[in-house]
Amino acid sequence: MEHTNTAEPSRRDFLYLATGAVGAVGVGAVAWPFIDQMNPDASALALASIEVDISAIEVGQSITVKWRGKPVFIRQRTEKEVSEAKAVKPEDLPDPIARNLNLEANAAATDVNRSAVGKEAWLVMVGVCTHLGCVPLGEEGDFGGWFCPCHGSHYDTAGRIRKGPAPENMLIPPFQFVSDETIKIG
Amino acid sequence: MTFKLFKTAGIAALACGVLAGSPALASGDAPHIDEQSWSFSGPFGQYDKAQLQRGFKIYQEVCSSCHSMHYLSFRNLAEEGGPGFSVDEVKALAAEYEVTDGPNSDGEMFERPAKPFDRFPSPFANVEEAKVSNGGAYPPDLSLIAKARGTGRGWKILSDVFTQYQEGGPDYIYNLLTGYKEEFPACAGEQDNYYNPKFIGGSLPAECNGGHLTGGGIAMAPPLSDEIVEYTDGTPMTVDQYARDVSAFLMWTAEPKLEQRKRMGLGVLSFLVIFASLLYFSKRKIWKNVDH
Amino acid sequence: MSGHSQYVPQSAPAKWLEARLPVISLIRGSFVDFPTPKNLNYWWTFGGIAFAVLVAQIITGIVLVMHYTPHETLAFASVEHIMRDVNYGWLVRYLHANGASFFFIAVYIHILRGLYYGSYKAPREISWILGVLIFLVMMATAFMGYVLPWGQMSLWGATVITNLFSALPVVGEHITTWLWGGFSVGNPTLNRFFSLHYLLPFVLIGIILLHIWAFHTTGNNNPAGVDPKSEKDTVPFHPYYTVKDLFAIIVFFIFFAWFTFYLPNFMGHPDNYIEANPMVTPAHIVPEWYFLPFYAILRAVPDKLGGVLAMFGAIAILFVLPWLDTSKVRSAKFRPIYRWFVFLFAVNVFFLGWLGGQPAEGWFVTASRICTVLYFAHFLVVLPLLGKMEKTRPLPASINDDVLASGKAH
Repeated sequence: MEHTNTAEPSRRDFLYLATGAVGAVGVGAVAWPFIDQMNPDASALALASIEVDISAIEVGQSITVKWRGKPVFIRQRTEKEVSEAKAVKPEDLPDPIARNLNLEANAAATDVNRSAVGKEAWLVMVGVCTHLGCVPLGEEGDFGGWFCPCHGSHYDTAGRIRKGPAPENMLIPPFQFVSDETIKIG
Repeated sequence: MTFKLFKTAGIAALACGVLAGSPALASGDAPHIDEQSWSFSGPFGQYDKAQLQRGFKIYQEVCSSCHSMHYLSFRNLAEEGGPGFSVDEVKALAAEYEVTDGPNSDGEMFERPAKPFDRFPSPFANVEEAKVSNGGAYPPDLSLIAKARGTGRGWKILSDVFTQYQEGGPDYIYNLLTGYKEEFPACAGEQDNYYNPKFIGGSLPAECNGGHLTGGGIAMAPPLSDEIVEYTDGTPMTVDQYARDVSAFLMWTAEPKLEQRKRMGLGVLSFLVIFASLLYFSKRKIWKNVDH
Repeated sequence: MSGHSQYVPQSAPAKWLEARLPVISLIRGSFVDFPTPKNLNYWWTFGGIAFAVLVAQIITGIVLVMHYTPHETLAFASVEHIMRDVNYGWLVRYLHANGASFFFIAVYIHILRGLYYGSYKAPREISWILGVLIFLVMMATAFMGYVLPWGQMSLWGATVITNLFSALPVVGEHITTWLWGGFSVGNPTLNRFFSLHYLLPFVLIGIILLHIWAFHTTGNNNPAGVDPKSEKDTVPFHPYYTVKDLFAIIVFFIFFAWFTFYLPNFMGHPDNYIEANPMVTPAHIVPEWYFLPFYAILRAVPDKLGGVLAMFGAIAILFVLPWLDTSKVRSAKFRPIYRWFVFLFAVNVFFLGWLGGQPAEGWFVTASRICTVLYFAHFLVVLPLLGKMEKTRPLPASINDDVLASGKAH
């Protein structure tokens, strides 16, 4: 048996502490790949932007395209629909914010802020109800816009929530007109 | 304790030595594959981007007329650890190809220029068409060819563990592409075959095997000849150089994460060695007062 | 298991839990306070190492299942998707593929340690039998796992191994058809192998717990092979063996990492990077290296049924090993002749493994036959006779005495 001197305990403590700390770092480093593997993979990210040909969409018609696994509504609205949407003041809406990813986060939910830049007839919007994720039906509901059959949310012709349980206006994804006939989403 | 471990290890090594001393008696006519030096071998190995770009050009201009590359997408060419094309270069490159998409709203398939996320288009619609167009032989898909080919290493596998030899695929491809021997037409076997002493898949006619020849008849005509592909960076335009470049490119298509893997390996091994040393000293401290 | 704990709960929540489910004292009794012979050498760490690799296999396996598709037209492509697109997918898959090999390396060393130190002898027979069962289940798991990437070796390995059952008289054909869910290895086979490959590792965990329970009831064997007699012979499991096992595990993982990061395809076969094709058989079918000794025994017998029986017999004989060895002395340390035979046995199995990788022709066949006879002779002739004939060295009075004696010898 050796005699333990007074310096011994602190040196021993340091060694154990260092070993434990290095072990903890290792566990953390190992954890990351196992977490990150669940994030979207390279093939999913490669599809993160799509280009859509809109030349065939007449006034009053819409198409639905798939972007990131979700439906995106692209609608060329009638003049009546646009003027109805313009007549509403944003501050009177349940959600006064535009929810347009191409604009500032706090932009007001005016019709101009909801439609495409310089092409106010065009509405491009993620067709997912902001309540619990169902896909609303077009040209339905009390406001002539969209109506979600799951829990009865009514959206107007600019995709803004007017009545029902949904908390927010439907999302405008990042998009731009590449040419007059092509929209790039994402 | 340590002494005991060493003693046991020594006995085990002795056993291996006795076994290794016996003659290697693998089948006699397996091709001899000359090992090449590659930028991507060893623990610090990385791909030579310029070489991968040249290899891609050879694939594009020579191989792709018969061989598909099913698991590769154009976007891969711009990804980290690859040939290092820019995103815009890849977009332009993809647009040179037409791919079938659809159905459109009329229910019809249509052609459109390829986009980066598209797979490399295949030269043939299916295996059957590929066979018919190539005299009955199917030109294999090249995405994984560098990992799907190799020859037996015999006792060399013992040193491979230390030298980290994993380049059997590119070595084989290089040997095959430079190995055609046109002076033995009789050894090609069937008509329209070519004799290649490095080919592992072919058979050798009986009358040809007297001279202990290796390899056999291959349906692929010698695909490379000097100056068949234009290099703009001054690299020699020889069969040897072409074979080297396309082999490296095929290694990348088979193992696109090689650079990330080796880089991470270095970090992981360093960590494990440090952690093991700390644990060793901790263990010694804990056991200090126990006779064992 | 909890009998060794002196744990008395102090805090109110601990007392509350202990009165209802004594899980703290169970864990403390088994893995903290458990009195463990103080002379265990590094060969004893391979049980813990094998368990650590199994845990790693289960974690990487669960991750792979998140991205893999068990279908004959999609399986191969989904593995390539993992290798190319999934974040760190290449890492997880290479860890899993090499992990299988390293699991076997650890378990083979663990078995060899048991043979050398007589860990199978009374009163540890149940622990040994459960160990052989673990070995069988992990072989089944590894075999079915190798089928999942659906490469050429997957398909043809599965074809050859499932065809073994067709050797059985009368029912053989029905059994293979039943195993396949068809008339050849195909999509139904792939799907059921996937299901079982996911299930069996959890069965393994269960058997391993029984395996540990058994030798915690009898107490560990140790290099001296004599039972602990006083407190001087043992140390508590924690911190003595927790730190020693962890050190050994990390050292083992250095080798594991060396292969995973620098030689990821060393243990694999190039043909498995070719998608399965039921029309073309590869020129030379070899199983994974860890099956090679048994594969050599299969091929050594020139009769279909005989070969299958010999191969399964080579594992089955391990179940009755505790009753074949007639020696009362456990550790080879005190058996001067047995230690040479156990060494020869290991070399023989190693050599059988090498033969299993060679083509079945020429002198390889003769050598395989000799080695197969030697394999069985070790269990059926050497062990029963040696116990009666061998003059063993005197056993130490206690573990402590043995440790002190070895200390002087150095």
